[in-house]
Amino acid sequence: MATTLRRLAAELSAICGPASVLDDPLELRTYECDGLTAHRASPGLVVLPEVAEQVAAVVAACARAGVPFVARGSGTGLSGGALPRTDGVLIVMSKMRRIISVDPASRRAIVEPGVTNLAVSQAVAAYGLFYAPDPSSQVVCSVGGNVAENSGGAHCLKHGFTVHHVTGLQVVTPSGELTWLGDGTGAAPGYDLVGMFTGSEGTLGIVTKIVVKLTRIPEAVTTLLAAFGTTGQGGAAVSAIIGAGILPAAIEMMDALAIEAAEAAVHCRYPEGYGAVLIVELDGPAADVDRETAAVRAICEQHGAGEIRAAASAAERQAIWAGRKSAFAAVGRISPAYIVQDGVVPRTALPSVLDKIAELSAASGVRVANVFHAGDGNLHPLVLFDDGQPGAAEAAEEVSGAILDLCIEAGGSITGEHGVGTDKSKYMTKMFTGPDLETMQLLRCALDPAALCNPGKIFPTPRLCGEVPGIRRAPHPLVASGTIEQF
Amino acid sequence: MPVTTPVPAELSQACAAVRPAGPADAVAGVTPSWVARPDSTAELGAVLAAAAGLNLASVPRGTGTKLAWGRPPDRCDLVVDMLGLDQVLEHEAGDLVARVQAGIRISELAAVLGRAGQELALDVPSQPASGNGDGDGGRGTVGGVLATGLAGPRRLRFGTPRDLTIGITMVRADGQIAHSGGKVVKNVAGYDLGKLLAGSYGTLGVIAEAAFRLHPVPAAAAWVTATADGPGDGAAAAQRLMAAAADSPLAPSAAELDRPARGAPVRAAVLLEGDPDGVTERAGQLRGLLAAAGGTDVAVSDAPPPWWGQAGVASPEETLIRIAFWAAELGEVTRAVDDAAAAAGVDPALGGSAAAGVMHARLPAAAEPAAVAGFVTALRAARPLAGTGEAPPARGSAVVLHAPPAVLAAVDVWGPVPAAPLMRAVKDQFDPARRLSPGRFAAGI
Repeated sequence: MATTLRRLAAELSAICGPASVLDDPLELRTYECDGLTAHRASPGLVVLPEVAEQVAAVVAACARAGVPFVARGSGTGLSGGALPRTDGVLIVMSKMRRIISVDPASRRAIVEPGVTNLAVSQAVAAYGLFYAPDPSSQVVCSVGGNVAENSGGAHCLKHGFTVHHVTGLQVVTPSGELTWLGDGTGAAPGYDLVGMFTGSEGTLGIVTKIVVKLTRIPEAVTTLLAAFGTTGQGGAAVSAIIGAGILPAAIEMMDALAIEAAEAAVHCRYPEGYGAVLIVELDGPAADVDRETAAVRAICEQHGAGEIRAAASAAERQAIWAGRKSAFAAVGRISPAYIVQDGVVPRTALPSVLDKIAELSAASGVRVANVFHAGDGNLHPLVLFDDGQPGAAEAAEEVSGAILDLCIEAGGSITGEHGVGTDKSKYMTKMFTGPDLETMQLLRCALDPAALCNPGKIFPTPRLCGEVPGIRRAPHPLVASGTIEQF
Repeated sequence: MPVTTPVPAELSQACAAVRPAGPADAVAGVTPSWVARPDSTAELGAVLAAAAGLNLASVPRGTGTKLAWGRPPDRCDLVVDMLGLDQVLEHEAGDLVARVQAGIRISELAAVLGRAGQELALDVPSQPASGNGDGDGGRGTVGGVLATGLAGPRRLRFGTPRDLTIGITMVRADGQIAHSGGKVVKNVAGYDLGKLLAGSYGTLGVIAEAAFRLHPVPAAAAWVTATADGPGDGAAAAQRLMAAAADSPLAPSAAELDRPARGAPVRAAVLLEGDPDGVTERAGQLRGLLAAAGGTDVAVSDAPPPWWGQAGVASPEETLIRIAFWAAELGEVTRAVDDAAAAAGVDPALGGSAAAGVMHARLPAAAEPAAVAGFVTALRAARPLAGTGEAPPARGSAVVLHAPPAVLAAVDVWGPVPAAPLMRAVKDQFDPARRLSPGRFAAGI
């Protein structure tokens, strides 16, 4: 271990206690990756603070030492956003998991970042409230991680993303200062720093308390499963539902290969012999949900649905969702390895993009299973390959990248919910111009001029703050001093 | 007789339509030298680049309905008239998304979207004619609404402009054009500059284009109205009505209060929207809930009460204050308003989106500037806004949206701002020479 880190370890031990600082190589390896296991790096040090003041002191110590730091929640992220730095400190937030207060009449709760997403909903259920963003990892993923990634979930079509449900943040700035952004009202004077911070993937500071907005539990929920001959038919039904002015809580689609995988894994007993299933969930006042359910059923029939099931109980609803929720993992049953892609297209472009993905798959011989949030055009193509075969991973990676190109061409995005992180920074220049990225960097320079806070994420080789574009006379002072690397 | 300064060559080269400014172009009493009216984003970029080269301070202007909001600019050489950028760039009805230029009027956009049965779900109140307005109903432009973060009663369900913005094109103080987001609702690629620009009062960049998430125009709407009554004071009674609506499973789109003067009965109205039969059924249920919560004169109507959406509207001679708070503290906030008003010797009208934690206080033109300042200071110091030092340290705010010049001179318009140093750091990066709307915003920005 380098001298700087050894010295820092002693300092962090003084702040958090020796038991909360890990430097044993075996222990460090536990943290070498997040949910995207393709990228790995053992952190130089791991520290597990228990209170916000310790986080601030840890960050201040890192800043003084010029050591990069990365925050990590539950480590479920799918873009390598919490990938550690071998020369840096990984600040693990999982010991900070208190629900500090619940104010049901204001529909607000104040929570610590390590608390799991689902734990918030469970804690407020007695008041008839829930925390709306519901990423599929909600049993384990942390609210702090949700803030970093601006997480969505199957139900964000109607209920919105994390940024719509956070009204105040206590953060540690990259210089180690503890400060509040916003006041919990959602209408604080000044710039919307809460909105700026949410979705910044841990590059602007570390969240230590979160004021979340709570939502009334809907009076009624219905879940329909409709089977179609093709994804095209299903897509047309989706357009017709939206066109009828109905806003379901969720609209999910799976194609034949994804259905096959789910069936193999969880025996979800979806209707057999169809090319696509659509799951439509409606929630809201009972008076509306009954009418909308009838309307959605009629639309699916008009668009050629061969079989429609409606969940009549919570158990039946779970059974319908079981197949969809298992889809990512289930693909492991039909393929030794796979890449989960996360692209977005305008909803109206879904049919043409799906056709092109099919062409791409046929031309390359790489199988692609499609699972997607059809309501908002968020595709999760699962690109299957056999990692035992030489060159297969590269071929799959190529198809996966080509799918992103299709999304961009269609006017969409390279990521709908997984984030850019380490994995997709190389695609950012396909979506954004130089001035776009340079303007985003202004925010970073405002908060993290020394580029120590989760460096290397989101942006492809960012310029250093204060550097004039194109003019390079000498190494940046921070490079020259050995504080940072530039590559 | 004002002396007109000749238009600098750099400006006229950048933009075909540049003219000397007149008294009607003044921004909160500060008269610029020139007005430029670009008709494309590229031309807007050229104007700001030229302005930067000449070290001119610029203020963007739409229809001018909110131009006098905030503090008067420290300096203003150039008004950038955005009304030349008034196009709908894209409206894909099947995607429920529209991309527009910032100078388009809200009313014009509503007409275009309405033809497809869709809307930008911001029921922005109409501002009274303000000299610069030009007969568009006073709802202003997309850019102006976005830059002031303005929302009407339906904020309870749909939020504010930042919640509906999915992409933005801005022009920086140096003329550089930059985008973030896109035209899909679900998108987490890169920093979201739209959030930062929303409510930034033209101090970080000029909003050139924006993409919005749209909603279908509801097939039916009903307002359930009641007068707050029952045990305790009017504030407690009003809080019971708002809680009855917000805690119900009836999914109200808005829940509003109106109290024309201290001691006057508090009126409440709750908006339900959606399928006609569903709305009728829910209105019947809500009627029962409001009566059970102590409401009297409970009625259902398919038209809003006359005061609906008017809380955030005042003539330029009046003082308009936006009060934000945690919804549970409505009663306490109302009492804090009354105490502060009694101490200062003023009697504000009070009302607004109480269930969403936002109300407006309106003081007449005749109110003494020192009294208005005293009222605002006392209100900010009250516990439900100032907080108790527990997390978060502040729990609300009182911001003077607009006021006559004598009041502006006497009052701290923005009041305390959380994380002011970070805001200044952001401003310093985006506009280091302070050329964009300098001094208009919070934290001295």
